[in-house]
Amino acid sequence: MSKFRKNDGKELPPISTASLPDIVFMLLFFFMVSTTMREVTYKVRMHLPAATELDKLEKKSLVSYIYIGEPLPMYQKTFGKAPRIQLDDVFADVGDVQDFIIAERNARDENEQPMMITSLKIDENTKMGIVNDVKQELRKSAALNINYSARKKAD
Amino acid sequence: MSKKIPEIPSASLADIAFMLLIFFLVTTTMDVDSGLRRKLPQWVDPKDMPDEDQQINERNVFVVLVNKNNDLLVEGDYERIENLRERAKEFMDNPFNDQDLPEKEPKEIPYFGEFMVSKGVISLRNDLDTKYGTYLAVQNELVAAINELRDELAKNKFGKPYKELEADKQNAIREIYPQKISEAEPKGKI
Repeated sequence: MSKFRKNDGKELPPISTASLPDIVFMLLFFFMVSTTMREVTYKVRMHLPAATELDKLEKKSLVSYIYIGEPLPMYQKTFGKAPRIQLDDVFADVGDVQDFIIAERNARDENEQPMMITSLKIDENTKMGIVNDVKQELRKSAALNINYSARKKAD
Repeated sequence: MSKKIPEIPSASLADIAFMLLIFFLVTTTMDVDSGLRRKLPQWVDPKDMPDEDQQINERNVFVVLVNKNNDLLVEGDYERIENLRERAKEFMDNPFNDQDLPEKEPKEIPYFGEFMVSKGVISLRNDLDTKYGTYLAVQNELVAAINELRDELAKNKFGKPYKELEADKQNAIREIYPQKISEAEPKGKI
């Protein structure tokens, strides 16, 4: 019986917090590695369409983005409600796409240029007219690898 | 001499690490960008564009039209988007050598030897007022049809899904089922 005697006299020793920084650092490194900083502020509203046959965009450094959609409410006074193109941080016209692609291309290393991908982030309610215009511009500037950005369809 | 340098207290280390952690937690966006990968055709000057209509035999073309009300017209009749994948698969595969479905020609392909490769081409045309969502859904179904055909062939021949095959086997299958989706210049009205 005496084996199970309560150790009523002794106090519980405090839990050591020495390992706390280690744990926190572990979490910190995880988030540092997995993080991707958002590179632009969206000025257009995009609700991406859903699809099933998705490919991941692997090399982020080789991707240039083109956003198309309805301007956000705060820009609608100046730019109206019709879908617009956004390149980097500014609204643009179809004619600016070629210059944008050339600038993006010049910013990359020469041997990486053939692997460049243009990601089109387009709102699903956009009319195809503007999308076709952009596609023609991309063809003219020989940026033929494209990726229609989409969500994974839940099924 | 006997004076020791006091130890730097490490109690605040956790606080600093926490601060950094919270910063990264807030700025992080975990979503991976994914989408439908396509390749645009080379730019051709409209002046020296050949008359495509005369070059390709009618039975080798799978015509998909999308109008401004987002309705689908497949090979001349209305079709629901749910059935498009089956139709496209049947067209590209042509298992019974149907007269209305595309011709096949023998081709030397590694791992398969001489294989009857279909000459089928999918032609997708849309109206300028078609919704992008519909257009992408159609594209998705067409790509899915080809992916399913490739997967079936890979499972029959190598017993593994297409994605898990080695690069040269994937190339062989890609030669049998190429992703031939041509997008004609959109017309104003269809």
